[in-house]
Amino acid sequence: MNTFRDSVEAMIPALRRYARALTRDVDAADDLVQDALVRALRSERLFIGGDLRSWLYTILTNLNRNRRRSLARKPLFAPLPDSAAGASGTEAEACDIARALATLVEDQRAVLLLVTLEGLSYREIAEIQGVPIGTVMSRLARARSHMRAALDGERPTLRRIK
Amino acid sequence: MTEPNIPVTEDELHAYVDDELPAERRGDVEAWLATHPADAERVRAWRAMAEALHARYDAVADEPVPQRLALDRLARPQRRVIYGAIAATLAAFLAGGAGGWLAHGVSTAPSSLQAFTFDALEAHRLYVVEVRHPVEVAGSERAHLQQWLSRRVGYTIKAPELDAAGLKLVGGRLLPGPHAPAAFLMYESPTGERFTLYTSRAATPATQMRYVTRASDGALYWSDRGVGYVLSGPDDNKDRLQQVARAVYDQTEKNGG
Repeated sequence: MNTFRDSVEAMIPALRRYARALTRDVDAADDLVQDALVRALRSERLFIGGDLRSWLYTILTNLNRNRRRSLARKPLFAPLPDSAAGASGTEAEACDIARALATLVEDQRAVLLLVTLEGLSYREIAEIQGVPIGTVMSRLARARSHMRAALDGERPTLRRIK
Repeated sequence: MTEPNIPVTEDELHAYVDDELPAERRGDVEAWLATHPADAERVRAWRAMAEALHARYDAVADEPVPQRLALDRLARPQRRVIYGAIAATLAAFLAGGAGGWLAHGVSTAPSSLQAFTFDALEAHRLYVVEVRHPVEVAGSERAHLQQWLSRRVGYTIKAPELDAAGLKLVGGRLLPGPHAPAAFLMYESPTGERFTLYTSRAATPATQMRYVTRASDGALYWSDRGVGYVLSGPDDNKDRLQQVARAVYDQTEKNGG
């Protein structure tokens, strides 16, 4: 019985969900998850305990940053929102949320998704992104502000209340 | 007991929505929201945003996990996995079910893999028609060609031996690739059919071979350990294209680069 592998396997559906929201591209998302899983399995001996869940999200988040960096050099195609099969709400809503996500910079998008979609704590996200919690909070604030603007079709005017 | 007049900060509004707020502050935040409609509206909007994200993406976690992510397959040495996927794709490709995408009629979401393959196909079409200058360094200077290209692309280039497929090395040249410089090799049969191999560093983690076709040319693409390969040739004989791609794949696998 391999509990490490069982724990990794149990995380696959959540990783697929996170990757899908990060990339809005079915193929790219599963490519990311596959690469993350391969790395995780290869590193079993190196994983000395701690939070497996955070570790897997960290691998996936970093892989996506690399993917985005290489995409940025040849912006021939923007990722298309994949079809909203099985989602509740109107199709227009589903496309809006994907389009709104696309307007965020990578770090803000990752924070928003890790908080709201994946339910991780601010502390866990700070570890995943390798930044102080204050940075996580400011990324979250900007993400929510830009998302609101994108969804409402207005320009954002954000001021942090001190 | 908290001082009732400490104003609620924006960070606390976020924490309130995300269940990260210390219990003793909840009452203060709720009292604040009752008297600050603009902040109440933001909290409402953030909650609606979270609901929309769940509505849109939760279903993915309920999908059956695709075969390609089966752990027992991924845990095996990666080599065999790639070859299995490629063999399967080639078989499907031969049977007429492309399992890929058309160059100018994208049926699946486009990606950087496509940019890479399009560039390779463009290079193929540009140079195979050249009679006098199809390559820059001839195949007769194989050692020099390999050394030069290896230095420029940053990994070992060994031109595959395709004599068994009836192809001799015409030569090669260096091209600008989408992510990094690309090595471009051309092969030719006695009857004049030409195949090209385009390779450079590729950032995508793709492990399946894909097929693309454009006009009368076909290309098979795969990437392995950060290096992409595109084998292009005439599309009228898929057996032949598959045979050549397989020979190239076997040799690049052995060379590890």
